[in-house]
Amino acid sequence: MSVAAVSTTPVVPRRRSAILDFCTQQPLGAASFVIIFVMMFAGIFAEYVAPYNPLDIDFGGILSPPSWEHPGGTDAFGRDIFSRIIYGSRTALVIGFTSSFIGSTLGAILGIASAYFGGKIDDWIQRFVDILLAFPIIVLALVVVAALRKFIVAGIDVNLIYAIAIPIVPRVARVVRAAALSIRVMPYVDAARAAGYSNSRIIFRHMAPNVVAPYLIMFTAFIAQAILLEASLSFLGLGVTEPTPAWGLMLSGNAADFYREAPWMILFPGAAISLAVFAFNLFGDSLRDYLDPRFKT
Amino acid sequence: MLRYTLNRVLLMIPTLIGVAVLVFFMLRVIPGDVVEVKLRGDGGNVSQETIEMERKRLGLDKPLVYQFKDWMVGLATLDLGKSMWTDRPVTEEIAIRLELSLQVAVMASIIAVLLAIPLGTTAALMRGTWVDYAVRIITIGGLSIPSFWFGMLIMITLLYLFNWLPPITFTPIYVDPIANLKQLIWPALAVGYRYCAVVARMIRSSLLEVLNEDYIRTARAKGVFEKMVISRHALRNALLPAITVIGIEFAFLIGGLVVTEQVFNLNGIGMLFVQSVSRNDFTLIQALVMLVAGAYVVINLIVDLLYAVFDPRIRYT
Repeated sequence: MSVAAVSTTPVVPRRRSAILDFCTQQPLGAASFVIIFVMMFAGIFAEYVAPYNPLDIDFGGILSPPSWEHPGGTDAFGRDIFSRIIYGSRTALVIGFTSSFIGSTLGAILGIASAYFGGKIDDWIQRFVDILLAFPIIVLALVVVAALRKFIVAGIDVNLIYAIAIPIVPRVARVVRAAALSIRVMPYVDAARAAGYSNSRIIFRHMAPNVVAPYLIMFTAFIAQAILLEASLSFLGLGVTEPTPAWGLMLSGNAADFYREAPWMILFPGAAISLAVFAFNLFGDSLRDYLDPRFKT
Repeated sequence: MLRYTLNRVLLMIPTLIGVAVLVFFMLRVIPGDVVEVKLRGDGGNVSQETIEMERKRLGLDKPLVYQFKDWMVGLATLDLGKSMWTDRPVTEEIAIRLELSLQVAVMASIIAVLLAIPLGTTAALMRGTWVDYAVRIITIGGLSIPSFWFGMLIMITLLYLFNWLPPITFTPIYVDPIANLKQLIWPALAVGYRYCAVVARMIRSSLLEVLNEDYIRTARAKGVFEKMVISRHALRNALLPAITVIGIEFAFLIGGLVVTEQVFNLNGIGMLFVQSVSRNDFTLIQALVMLVAGAYVVINLIVDLLYAVFDPRIRYT
């Protein structure tokens, strides 16, 4: 009944030609990768790229409109918005990558195990997945935020990462299980079992490499979701906390009081979120089209 | 059909119990509760005694097993308890806010479906052309632009163009429809964009799949006008998978409302949810989660049954 949602064995003869192929077949995907690359560069080298320190308060220059000195204007504390956006990309990327990685990896392991063991174990894992799927992403994340205390390491709340990773798990598990079911019946899995390999060896060494394509697609798509979710939680005041620069946080609180006086406080951070999420979504979409001939249009 | 329906209704129960168990223990395993937020929140000096008394009053001092038993018994008898923050019955707190959120959700769905059908259809019919690319960018934009920021953009635009902002007091639609729409059409637009994008993408891909079917080739071969082939043969079948997405997105609209209500300052379910999370109001969080999960399983069931109605090939036994 279950057919692999995405094909499982990309034929990648040589690395360089694969990248070239991707760029010619998926120009939109290549363009989105450029955006992602710029964002990563800005995030990693924020100290050198940003014109100001994002935490520097300047009460002499509050709410100043965009100018040559402050390309994005300043906020109610006189902090440079452009610099805060650059540092914010670091926050967004760190949280987006780690939570999507944790969520997708756990989900993939759960999905493969579910397909591999079958029977009772499969039933139980699927029940559990069903239960988690009955929560909208943000609702589940909010419940986890309510349950876990803040636990801050290097300016980033580790529990926030878990809160964002948990809703990703069931969604990836579902897709990977479908893909793994078709691997499960392959002769080489039977051969491995006949050779007496342990279950974990078969799962990680024999099955996992063959679901890399759906895994990668889900991983990129959920980076987008994770960045969006982090922004939403921070906007609600339940995610990243001041003074750490984060895009969602820049839109929260009293930012809305300045619709008339300082619309740039709203425009630029929101545009940054949208562009980042857009780039990852488009990249994930193109990656799916590229890796999966079934979806090719 | 009846047996299938009954079976499905019974299957909803374990899922909902699972949700109840999960939420309950996620919230209680880690220390910290409403009493601390309530009494210590403002940095006031409160004696340990007062805190213990308040905990006792709310039943938070009882062993977890007893608290869990109370919650399950309450659920079974549809008594969701009282809000730990306001002491008012949870059902009452939800009821006064449900109307607003439900109306926004319904309006958002109408907007989304009305826009998604032409968008998805044209994209599928003109696939590979610049129109298809444009629709793809518009729909991915819908998945990417946070609804709260889109809401803020709407507010800024209204402010600059008309020097006007939507009213912030809620008037029910049966009292004054104009005043009601003036307030609620904007949040409906803000959450509707994402909704529309999801549905349009689904329509596009399912229409592409249907267009490859044999019966489409047959219809064309026997000389049916292309317009008829699309509207009668293809679109009708392609809309079925879209119904699933429409249903699930509707059940999950509370997700979008959580942030959007904040922007438009609407006192709805989403706002209530955020408040109860920041106040650690366990009973209210639990009740709201059950409400959303309940909506999700019920809508899923309705969608499955609708399939049988719309598609004669599907017969449940």
